[in-house]
Amino acid sequence: MTQISDLLLLAIVLVNFALLGATRLSTTIRAVAVQGGLLGLLPLVLHGGPSLHAVGLAVGTVAIKGVILPRFLTWAIREAALRREVEPRIGFVGSLLLGVVAVAVAFAVAARLPLPPELARPLLVPVALATVMVGFIILTTRAKAVTLVVGYLVLENGIYLFGLTLTEQVPFLVEIGVLLDVFVGVFIMGIVVFHINRAFDSLDAEQLAQLTD
Amino acid sequence: MSSALASLVVVLLMAPVLPGLSARTKAILTGRRGQPVLQLYSDLGRLLRKGAVYGTATTWMFALAPVVVLATVLCAALLLPLDGRAALIRFSGDAVAFAYVLALGRLALVLGAMDTGSSFEAMGASREVTIASFAEPALFLALVVLAVLTDSLSLSGMLGSRLVPGLEGFQMAAAAPLGLVAITLFVVLLAETARVPVDDPATHLELTMIHEVMILDHSGPDLAFLLYAGAVKLALFGSILVGVVVPRAPLAPWLALVVLVGGLVVVAVLIGVIESVTARLRLKRVPQFLVAAATLAALGVILVLR
Amino acid sequence: MLLVALILVPVLAALGAAFQPRRAGRLVWLLVGTGLHAALLVATWTIGPPAVPGGWLAFDPLGGLVLSLVSLLTVGVATYTVGFVRPGDPRAGRAFESCLLAFLAAASLVALSHHLGLLWVGIEATTLATAPLIYQRDDPHSLEAVWKYLVVCSVGIALALLGTFFLATAQVAGAVAGRPLVLDDLIQHGAGLHGAWVRAAFLFLAVGFGTKMGLAPLHTWLPDAHGEAPAPVSALLSGALLNCAFLGVLRAFQVANAAGEGDFARPVLLGLGLLSLAVAAVFVVRQDNYKRLLAYSSVEHMGILALGTGMGGLAMYGSLLHMLGSSIAKAVLFLLAGNILAAYGSKLAHDVRGVVRRMPISGVLFVLAFLAITGSPPFVPFMSELAILTGAFKSGHAVMAVAMLALQAVVFVGMGSAFLGMSLGALPERAPRIRERAWLVAAPAVLVTVLLVLGLHIPAALQRALVAAAGSLGGVGP
Repeated sequence: MTQISDLLLLAIVLVNFALLGATRLSTTIRAVAVQGGLLGLLPLVLHGGPSLHAVGLAVGTVAIKGVILPRFLTWAIREAALRREVEPRIGFVGSLLLGVVAVAVAFAVAARLPLPPELARPLLVPVALATVMVGFIILTTRAKAVTLVVGYLVLENGIYLFGLTLTEQVPFLVEIGVLLDVFVGVFIMGIVVFHINRAFDSLDAEQLAQLTD
Repeated sequence: MSSALASLVVVLLMAPVLPGLSARTKAILTGRRGQPVLQLYSDLGRLLRKGAVYGTATTWMFALAPVVVLATVLCAALLLPLDGRAALIRFSGDAVAFAYVLALGRLALVLGAMDTGSSFEAMGASREVTIASFAEPALFLALVVLAVLTDSLSLSGMLGSRLVPGLEGFQMAAAAPLGLVAITLFVVLLAETARVPVDDPATHLELTMIHEVMILDHSGPDLAFLLYAGAVKLALFGSILVGVVVPRAPLAPWLALVVLVGGLVVVAVLIGVIESVTARLRLKRVPQFLVAAATLAALGVILVLR
Repeated sequence: MLLVALILVPVLAALGAAFQPRRAGRLVWLLVGTGLHAALLVATWTIGPPAVPGGWLAFDPLGGLVLSLVSLLTVGVATYTVGFVRPGDPRAGRAFESCLLAFLAAASLVALSHHLGLLWVGIEATTLATAPLIYQRDDPHSLEAVWKYLVVCSVGIALALLGTFFLATAQVAGAVAGRPLVLDDLIQHGAGLHGAWVRAAFLFLAVGFGTKMGLAPLHTWLPDAHGEAPAPVSALLSGALLNCAFLGVLRAFQVANAAGEGDFARPVLLGLGLLSLAVAAVFVVRQDNYKRLLAYSSVEHMGILALGTGMGGLAMYGSLLHMLGSSIAKAVLFLLAGNILAAYGSKLAHDVRGVVRRMPISGVLFVLAFLAITGSPPFVPFMSELAILTGAFKSGHAVMAVAMLALQAVVFVGMGSAFLGMSLGALPERAPRIRERAWLVAAPAVLVTVLLVLGLHIPAALQRALVAAAGSLGGVGP
């Protein structure tokens, strides 16, 4: 079981890099869908075998993060005759290098944070922290509104990953609440993106900088 | 010792088959009959019998370049443990020597190309050096992973030991970084041997050439040296890849050789497949592609260092 | 049971309003929902805290204070909404009243929740419930405001979630007994919590909830959202929503104190508070848009709250009193700003002149509320700021107190020049007198009276609650 979970975690890190290096919007959305799917499978293989709780959570996560939200985001950008390229402010090479730094820092920090042995999976905490940082990098270096939503999703994925270490501590209700919050949040963001698209005829968040002092 | 020598001779002899295999695979996949697999041998023989033609603007550098290229490639071949155990020449740090010996060959080639005074060659030279400067970190990061895993700075140590202790236990701890290293090394191979998606060896438009343009002006035995050196380089990088993927130390010498030859054939066919399936990347995407490979290797480094 | 009712009543009212096609019906639901909620709250105060099994919901003085503030302001905003004409298509925005009620439900959840995970869900719910309220159709600037609000607040809340998880890890790493993430258990077994995790948790919780609260440097959404939203929404956001987030920070502070990490937590709050004050002071000067001016004033006051919490002692009591006073005053100012906007049609201060003469009731209330929020006697913010400053000097933060005073003076000058110019300038020619509808001035009038009364005498029950709440945070009463 540990090998499958480690494989999934490694795949999640690779998807993070794919997100940083992707050149097209549709690739970015697809990558975050894959990440959501991988994330959904993790509760089934962690903590020794699936339980009803884990199965329910897995189904919900895969459905929401892997299918519904990416489809919704694709719908939100479809109306636009927009350029389908992602335009990072620091270039792809810079993003990838920042990603490597983020992963390295995450591993270093995770090594110094003490966790009781039954909770400390060698890969889970570093990958969680790395995903959080990659989400931040995407949020701060991307210009298009939809990529900001993707960055937020990645950030939430990382935090959710960290929460998986605590399945006894964080009760089912709260996890479902978190999932629903992400769903509703991204849903509302998608609607706003749709309206932005119609109002501004562009999804460049640089255009959304008119209100300044 | 004798097994290392035997492996070296076999590899040097069969190197020209590999580009032929790639071309044949690509032809079959695109619906053609394609050239014979052993075509490069006849090409080399034909070129060696001809005389070389030198342009009036060239100097001694132009004539020296192919010789240096061939010599460095053969030197590099001496540093590799082709029999899966030990190389003919080995010392601590010979991994770095390997990389830089090949870089010396590339330097000679570039200087020879610029010596012709033509702008096409100069353009190709600058592109070649740019790509090399991105491919080198990727190669070194992959070597760092191997060095940490095997606690050795020599290629013989890295590729000649049993990297995965016990084939019965598929251990994540070593397998994941090795997998990443394998992918990175494959990308470096594509870059170093100027294959799609980094460079298209079949192009005839000078504006799109990178490596091809630098051998454009050579003829006769010079061209034969360059083509042969290219084939041997492919074989060398292929054998590194085989060494990472399959640990051959526990195998009997003849079996190790068979596995090596088989692995090289697989690599050549794989290159042919990739050449048929993907298109060449836009020039500004090539550094990003190589940096992506380098990040995979960096990820492998992080995984083994923790 | 009463506590669950406090949360469910607004939810049911929201659902009821959502299915009402006519505006009058929706307003009825709004008034009924907020009124019933207020009545239930009064009942809860008088009956005393009921016990709920599992300890996830509880009524303690701190939560009760925040909830009472929210309830009061929601009733005021609800009455104002009756008279408020929303610009743009009147058919649009059918969800307005439902969202207001949903916000009330979410805020109740936040105030009553003693489970930190549930608290987080509540605060996220407040963000989601208020986002649609900011948007005004056909106004691209409001779209930009909604976008920034959603993204920045969501990121902040995500960080707070990470902090919550860190706190749960602190419980596990320290191998303490007690239910995970339940506030009372966390405080009771505080000494056993793992120090490093608690520190990390507090940092993330302070920054995350601080984003929602409007503390610099993550306050960037505040001027846009509060400036672009319609008047009743701005009033609710500034008066109620920011305090819900402040409650989140306070809960984190309670846990940090119990775990013995108070010496780490206090400087963090002091730093954030001072930075917020400084940022507000810089941006208030020469700010022409009076709604943005009020928004930056909110940033300033949230900074003061953080400063007071960080200084502790009497300043903690002052902070809580200031929370009440400044929020009420700010809500009044926003509501009246809405009246001014409707009358003059411009959001810029230099376009507005002579409010006192043209709209006497609104104008006078505006000046009074301005005096209140800048800390003039006899209003209650004067008493609260006095308490904070006294506490600051007593606990050895004299330099901080002087800085606070200096920055507040800057803000006073900035606000004063804009607002007094608006209120007392010469009337523009051909400006008809505005007939002021009762619905639009009733709530501000009542709230200003409350500020005045509290400034003169704080009733015993309220004083008890304030002292008890301050005590739970490590402070003392006067």
